[in-house]
Amino acid sequence: MADRDTDALTGIETTGHEWDGIKELNNPLPRWWLYLFYATIIWSIGYFIVYPAWPTLSTYSKGVIGYSSRAELDRHMEEVKASRSAWLERFEAASVDDIVGDTELLQYAMAGGRTIFADNCAPCHGAGGAGAKEYPILADDDWIWGGTPEAIYTTLLYGIRSGHDDALESEMLRFGEDEILEPAQIEAVADYVLSLSGNGAASEEGQEIFLEQCVACHGEDGTGVADFGGPNLTDGIWLYGGSREAVISQINAPRHGVMPAWIDRLDDVSIKQVSVYVHALGGGE
Amino acid sequence: MNHRILERNVILLAVAILLTVAIGGLVQLVPLYTMEVTIEEVEGVRPYTPLELAGRNIYVREGCYLCHSQQIRPFRDEVERYGHYSLAAESMYDHPFQWGSKRTGPDLARVGGKYSNEWHVAHLIAPRSLVPETVMPAYPFLAEKELKFDDAADHLRTLRMVGVPYTDEQIENALDDIANQANGEEFDPDALLERYPKAVIGDFDGDPERVTEMDALVAYLQMLGTLVDFTAVQPEQLYR
Ligand code: HEC
Ligand code: HEC
Ligand code: HEC
Repeated sequence: MADRDTDALTGIETTGHEWDGIKELNNPLPRWWLYLFYATIIWSIGYFIVYPAWPTLSTYSKGVIGYSSRAELDRHMEEVKASRSAWLERFEAASVDDIVGDTELLQYAMAGGRTIFADNCAPCHGAGGAGAKEYPILADDDWIWGGTPEAIYTTLLYGIRSGHDDALESEMLRFGEDEILEPAQIEAVADYVLSLSGNGAASEEGQEIFLEQCVACHGEDGTGVADFGGPNLTDGIWLYGGSREAVISQINAPRHGVMPAWIDRLDDVSIKQVSVYVHALGGGE
Repeated sequence: MNHRILERNVILLAVAILLTVAIGGLVQLVPLYTMEVTIEEVEGVRPYTPLELAGRNIYVREGCYLCHSQQIRPFRDEVERYGHYSLAAESMYDHPFQWGSKRTGPDLARVGGKYSNEWHVAHLIAPRSLVPETVMPAYPFLAEKELKFDDAADHLRTLRMVGVPYTDEQIENALDDIANQANGEEFDPDALLERYPKAVIGDFDGDPERVTEMDALVAYLQMLGTLVDFTAVQPEQLYR
């Protein structure tokens, strides 16, 4: 061992290590620190016994209380459900129309619906349902697929062109691409469509083509047919833009919005709540 | 105690350090491989399709993991927001896994099916056109860059070497399967679905003429967290 001598100034033994004449004092660890250290070691033994800790060849020690973070989560979720059960049962039993008619449930649904909307819907429909290009405004009373609480609920359950078996489906024909209409006819009917919302004048030809080709989905007066998802063309609210080019392009080679189905992502009570919330946003039908 | 010998011989010191660290590491790591309970036994998890794999590589290349985790922890706030907590089984074919450690944006472990392809494309090209307050960077070049993945078969082969069970058939058809998945009807989606159940097929980026990096990335995003059928699993089976 190196030479341990005693430091003259403090009277404390040195460790015997020396660097260029500088020596290290061998002070003992503070007592409180040392005992705390021993205590943590003893604590850890208890931890090993109580909690899952020690790997064995094919599994691991489960600990005497059988703790599992996943089991704990499930227990916690059960508790949450139980604490909400009075409400949940009422929501489960109620139709969306019932909820709209019941001020107490409505209030509760509005609070829940707002959170669900912000998480799941706002990225497409904008904060508060303000809409974005290609994503309909939900905070108005212009509905493509119907604005009753039941219609909104159905839209949410299965989605629109979502690939779900019960999804709302409807495809506008590719009037230009598939050469159903001549370019000149398309321009004429586009002018007619624009005139429906008070933009410019339309020719008689345009009106004729519209009555022949478009009324099934957009209605005789152009105000839309919810069953076929044909939007109202008279209100100046456009999914794909209200310029002449945009309207012509839609008639040429239509675009179709896709909305996911929520039935497999959200539970039924959540879908009811957000339906009611959306209904209230737009002063629904 | 006599440290002198160790402390005065660099090589000996290095060897001793290596030994000590190796023992510590082995004790922690080896049991994870031998324990039969590490990976849950659930149905549905399959290796990535070549297109998804290409998308995954782009995800890693662009550093999406720096802002997005892919790991839903078993806490109430997380499962209420994102869905079922993540399983080890769901990342057993990930090399390397994309659990991440930072959530500037939301967790993506179950983002598959949450949005439409059109939304993903528009969002990746210009995030602020849809979410005005977002800090996510724009990736418009992905829609312009043609996907270069001629060596897809080699990628699958390499992954097979580290334990991903790609079959010879899957490796042979790697290039076809990229076309099958990205171009939909014209090719043979059924063969793809047989090789890779639940694969999302479509013309993801809206340009049927070519397969871009955008196609690959969106195909990857659309399958995240969708493989396991949780209705067929008893919660108790997953307790760890
Ligand atoms: C991926 C984007 C996306 C998400 C997410 C989304 N939607 Fe939609 N939603 C759409 C699109 C696109 C349409 C219009 C479809 C069409 O053109 O017919 C639509 C239509 C609707 C409609 C019908 C509107 C009408 O006028 O009839 C309702 C109601 C609706 N969404 C509510 C919701 C709610 C509530 C959520 C959240 C649970 C949600 N959406 C999430 C894209 C989305
Ligand atoms: C088979 C049903 C169907 C027919 C027939 C049809 N449409 Fe449509 N149209 C739709 C649907 C559905 C949409 C909405 C697409 C969407 O929601 O994404 C639409 C959307 C539009 C839009 C865009 C509206 C907007 O808000 O941007 C215009 C313009 C339009 N149609 C014009 C016409 C004209 C003109 C004709 C006749 C030449 C026609 N449509 C015939 C179903 C139809
Ligand atoms: C600087 C951080 C950052 C980076 C890098 C980033 N994102 Fe994001 N991402 C966000 C934020 C913040 C949001 C939430 C707001 C929004 O939807 O834009 C988000 C949202 C998303 C969403 C929607 C998730 C949901 O459930 O609403 C997806 C999908 C996504 N990002 C994919 C990606 C991909 C793919 C990449 C890499 C190419 C990427 N992100 C890179 C910050 C980032």
